[in-house]
Amino acid sequence: MSQVLRKLARDLPAMLGLGIVLIVLLIAILGPLLAPYPGDAAASHLARRLKPPSADFLFGTDNLGRDIFSRVILGARGALAIALTVVSVAMLIGVPLGLIAGFRGGWLSETIMRVTDVVLAIPQLVLALALAQLMSPSLESAMLALSLTYWPFFTRIVYAETRRLSASLFVDALRGIGAGPGRIVFLHILPNALSPVIVRATIGLGFTILVAAVLGFLGMGATPPAPDWGLTIAESRTYLPRAWWYATFPGLAILITVMGFNLLGDGLRDLVDPRIRRSR
Amino acid sequence: MMPLLSVHGLKVSIDTDEGTAQVLDDVGLSLERGRILGVVGESGCGKSTLIRAIMGILPKGARVERGEIWFEGENLLVFSERELNERVRSSRIGFIPQDPLLALNPVFKVGTQLLEVMRWHAPDDGSRGGERRKRHVGRLVGLLRRMQVPDPETALERYPHQFSGGQRQRLLIAAALACSPRLVIADEPTTALDVTTQHQILLLLRELVAEFGISLLFVTHDFGVVAELCDDLCVIYAGQTVEAGAVLPILDAPAHPYTRALLACHPDRATSFTGIPGSVPSPLAPPPGCRFAPRCGDVRAVCSAGQPPQGRSGTGAEVRCVQYA
Amino acid sequence: MLRFVLRRCALVVPSLLGLLVVTFLLIHTVPSDPAVAMAGDAATPEQIERLRKQYGLDRPIWEQFAVYLDKVAHLDFGESAFSRRPVALDIAQRLPATLELTFFALAISVFLGVPLGVVSALNHNAWPDYLLRLFSVMGIALAAFWVAIMLQLLFSMQLGWLPLRGDLTSTMPRPDRVTGFLAIDSLIAGRWDAFADALKHLALPAVTLSLGGLATIVRFTRAGMLDTLQQDFVFYERAMGYRWLRLVWIFVLRNSITATVTQIGLLFGGLIAGGVVVEAIFDWPGIGSYTVQAILTGDRQVMLAVTLLVGTVYAAVNILVDVVHGLLDPRLMERG
Repeated sequence: MSQVLRKLARDLPAMLGLGIVLIVLLIAILGPLLAPYPGDAAASHLARRLKPPSADFLFGTDNLGRDIFSRVILGARGALAIALTVVSVAMLIGVPLGLIAGFRGGWLSETIMRVTDVVLAIPQLVLALALAQLMSPSLESAMLALSLTYWPFFTRIVYAETRRLSASLFVDALRGIGAGPGRIVFLHILPNALSPVIVRATIGLGFTILVAAVLGFLGMGATPPAPDWGLTIAESRTYLPRAWWYATFPGLAILITVMGFNLLGDGLRDLVDPRIRRSR
Repeated sequence: MMPLLSVHGLKVSIDTDEGTAQVLDDVGLSLERGRILGVVGESGCGKSTLIRAIMGILPKGARVERGEIWFEGENLLVFSERELNERVRSSRIGFIPQDPLLALNPVFKVGTQLLEVMRWHAPDDGSRGGERRKRHVGRLVGLLRRMQVPDPETALERYPHQFSGGQRQRLLIAAALACSPRLVIADEPTTALDVTTQHQILLLLRELVAEFGISLLFVTHDFGVVAELCDDLCVIYAGQTVEAGAVLPILDAPAHPYTRALLACHPDRATSFTGIPGSVPSPLAPPPGCRFAPRCGDVRAVCSAGQPPQGRSGTGAEVRCVQYA
Repeated sequence: MLRFVLRRCALVVPSLLGLLVVTFLLIHTVPSDPAVAMAGDAATPEQIERLRKQYGLDRPIWEQFAVYLDKVAHLDFGESAFSRRPVALDIAQRLPATLELTFFALAISVFLGVPLGVVSALNHNAWPDYLLRLFSVMGIALAAFWVAIMLQLLFSMQLGWLPLRGDLTSTMPRPDRVTGFLAIDSLIAGRWDAFADALKHLALPAVTLSLGGLATIVRFTRAGMLDTLQQDFVFYERAMGYRWLRLVWIFVLRNSITATVTQIGLLFGGLIAGGVVVEAIFDWPGIGSYTVQAILTGDRQVMLAVTLLVGTVYAAVNILVDVVHGLLDPRLMERG
């Protein structure tokens, strides 16, 4: 384990990613404590609307006079919450399906994989938008829609790993000594399949933050006055080009956060699968 | 008569994660015109690095520290990459690789690949453009026929994976000869083949040397092949030349302890499975003094003290051993 | 070759069937009465009932599915609640604009991305490589809508070099519609002014769309090249005296390109999806803005027709990618 961690530590981009993720996590957890104007989640101060960045207001203020720096910090919580929920639900759906499909085989497996193909056949955003729309727009339906579009990724990975492992000698040996299928799957196959799942989950977190931001931008996700990053950018449009800070900083927050998850995910992937063609 | 190719005191090091490896340390060889020189050594002794040094394609992190490589009176080590590419490779020094499947580009037709070489390196006969290409195709077809590759006319239109191992190797031999080089370097070309095919290829090579008037540098780990094919021999151990001379005398009366041990292990001569005790020293930490000393049956105290001198054996071969100094 | 293509098409059929089932179910079973949804918010009970009869929503579900399949086969996707026109017509009219944008973005991603990927690989671990790797990591993390707004801010609002929105300046007369592709139609009509204007309008949206793909293609090309450069045939080709530039750009690139081609295929689908938001921001008259409009007005028929369309395009592109793979690497065709 420590050898693995040491190897990760040598990977600079991955370390940078880890750093970013940890900082974002911290900001999300400590949000209100770190924001200079925690009340600006909801309150408005029209007297100081649309002020450019200054010592008092690092990222300037928005059209209701709220400190954008604080709102960006507070927005981290929402972004991360959405991402974690979506990815967890997607894993809860996708991983078991993949295990079943990979271990059982037969028509059940075929059906599951065909459904997976179909869902994957549609670009995620379009499907998420369609689903979110049909279920009446709200944060919850956005999250559900996103989970429903993401689970196939996990199923595919787990399916491949499970198939590979169930065909291996050690599983035959386990069957030979009379181990039941549940035991085999949960104690032996699942732990081995976990690494690529973790990699995919990390990248999925970044990706979900991005898509959630798009949904927020379109008004399909969080509703005002929530300090959602995407929503803030949407709100900012009317005040461009004068209030350039209004759109710039939330966007940078998205960029850096997603980059962090991607870098970390890449680093993890390099650790997990040295066989796969990858060049550092 | 000046030898066609002669290597003196070649020293090559490679930087690795674990440190600097002395892959070649004082390697020398001499190839006379029209003769076949076998370079013998176990895996890891530096044979491939030697070939790469001659061709000028050393890997990143590799350095030639010392030495000269004389080819037709010129020191190849001072050539720039561009000069090597334009004036030496394929046109004067041909190359036959070890694994014909891995050596060929899988997504291009065989003809495309061979013609690419000829386009840049075939001797200038005054023709241009389409006419020149046609002549090249003709020459290739002729060579393929000589190599007994079936259907030479259509062979050029096929892809590497559509040939058998033996046919591929013949293709590569044809490629090596296509631009009429003086010297051909063969890197264990028969290792990837079965025994019967191996034998055919060796026979073919012998004929070609005489027919095309080329000299052949044949790298291998198998003494049996050397006995069948080569005129001269050069034995390499741990990056050093330990014995060099004419083949038959050395096989009859090997001088250097390593040569003797190696021959004793050969399946045709061995009476047991013992092999040579010990293992090849790591190029990262070569032993002081004679590199074979830790495993040598005739070892003396002076052997570990310093580099053994070059001497001559009874057969006239050059030997790096204190017994023959 | 033909057999190969047909075999690929056959494999795709189940996915398409599944897609049809999914979209059908989404229209007819997701909560809220489809008739109400189709009629819109202000409809009276009589109107809703009429719609119900008109769309056969009072029949058993199997019959409805059969009817649905029949309609799809005839390219009848219902009527848009917003425009009151057949969806199929709306789509047909708007599709070329989206395709034009997508192709331009794809062209930028590919023709800039592949060479940059090669350069990155050749300069492995030197500063050009690090720089390009930084850009490609950033590229995938960029939110398209944010980039769109930033680009508008800089090039349109601050510098005034490029237009803010639309596909043509409103005062510029439109060339006659031949292909539906504004740039091509301008050329056909010999209208250089319209052509230049069209290109200026294409610039920002196309660049915005291309960034994610550019980053991915640079990454994959680089990885493929680095991988290939280690293979034995590269050493052999060098030993045989291949010219280095030709070796890299012709002989090695061909080998490395398969992974990139897959990415290009996936990219196409991503561009269509990503195009949704970009079109909305730049007011581009294509399928994307049509979709956003449908989302905002709750226009179900449109949403699902678009989903079906996008899914089919995706499947078609996947087949195309397989075919190109086969062409690039003849070994694949043999295995089928």
